[in-house]
Amino acid sequence: MHRFANPAEFNRLADAILPWAKIIMAAAFAYGLYLALFTSPPDYQQGESVRIMYVHVPAAWMSMFTYMVVAAASFTALVWRHPVALLAGKAAAPIGATFTALALITGMLWGKPMWGTYWVWDGRLTSVLVLFFLYLGYMALWRGLDEEDKAGRAASILALVGVVNIPIIKFSVDWWNTLHQPSSVMRMDGPTMPAEMLWPLLTVALAFKAYFIVVFLYRMKLEINLRKLTVLSSIEARG
Amino acid sequence: MSGGVNTSAIFRAIFMRDVRLAWSQGGTGTMALSFFLIAVTLFPFGVGPEPQTLARIAAGVIWVVALLACLLSLDRLYQADYEDGSLDDLALSPLGLTGVAAAKILAHWVATILPLVALSPILGMLMNLDAGAYGMLVLSLLVGTPALSLIGSVGAALTVSVRRGGVLMSLLVLPLYVPTLIFGVGAIDAAAGMTDPLPHLAFLGAVTLVALVIGPIASAAALKLSLE
Repeated sequence: MHRFANPAEFNRLADAILPWAKIIMAAAFAYGLYLALFTSPPDYQQGESVRIMYVHVPAAWMSMFTYMVVAAASFTALVWRHPVALLAGKAAAPIGATFTALALITGMLWGKPMWGTYWVWDGRLTSVLVLFFLYLGYMALWRGLDEEDKAGRAASILALVGVVNIPIIKFSVDWWNTLHQPSSVMRMDGPTMPAEMLWPLLTVALAFKAYFIVVFLYRMKLEINLRKLTVLSSIEARG
Repeated sequence: MSGGVNTSAIFRAIFMRDVRLAWSQGGTGTMALSFFLIAVTLFPFGVGPEPQTLARIAAGVIWVVALLACLLSLDRLYQADYEDGSLDDLALSPLGLTGVAAAKILAHWVATILPLVALSPILGMLMNLDAGAYGMLVLSLLVGTPALSLIGSVGAALTVSVRRGGVLMSLLVLPLYVPTLIFGVGAIDAAAGMTDPLPHLAFLGAVTLVALVIGPIASAAALKLSLE
């Protein structure tokens, strides 16, 4: 792992992974969307609107996954003073926030035909909303402090406090919801999913993950090059 | 040398200093208390004076306003000490930054939050809280509010060097307050609805205990960062 503390080493690794990730992303998106839009059956209760699930559920999975990436990067950055890990958290967070927003928006669009309203204080929706706030806080703290390195480590502490809290928040929101809204909300994990729906879902999920890797690696390269630029221009300024 | 130093005396000194500061002129003590009183009385103007409506939202309103009062008063928990340099001195004490943070958090809770808890039955009366829920109102605030001070301290420490850190701090801290709010209000609603409030109270206590473990350590790590 310490080998990749060297930015040049990391860039080489990223360049090796990127072409493969792009191929997997393109293939999985094409195949997954074809399956999701054309071959998968409409749900017997929800009709065609069930197809929102093929975007909604992978986005929700990615919102959690990306937070774990940010937390792992933060932990590595704080414990080993790993400079590339610090940037990894910064690079991943906006992608995670976007996935979270996508999960919320598709959830609302799905909720309108299903529940008759865009927003229900459903346990899942609510805890995803809180997760979105955690992302916003992490990103705001990166911008809030002037010194890049301190900002990153402060944000890392916040990410770790957040990751301890996520299960507690999730649990408390579920608990709160069952008290205030006895059922009535249809849960998408009720029946076990038939294979012709599960397969497109997993393919799109793979596409999302490949997309994350592609964007994440580009953002990492950008951050590393920006750092390089700052160092070079300060050397130049000193003459 | 360190054998001669009494760390509990240092802890007490920091604690007493912060308590005195909170109740001196311009301290957070009276301000948080006034805010608590005024903000709660705004709600009947907003939702209407019907006793049933007020009774239904009483527990939630009192908890949310207590939470905001806590947040507002935590804003400068470390900032004044950071700005005048005394935080550098405190960091050198044999107590360590974790101990310093713990002393300051305890002082904040005792000096600023405990008066709110003591005042809360009067606000319950104004909000027409169910007669059977007064004891649980005080008890749930007693058990839950330490978590607010502890978690808020982390936010205050992270934003200590940000000039107008208050808004940023609330963005960081408010999502983390959700569990405390849920269980705190849950306990009061359960007592008002004649069901068993104990599970809510137990979870509320659990959240506070987790915060007790994380709060001082994470605050110290964040303070150390800003002192470099």
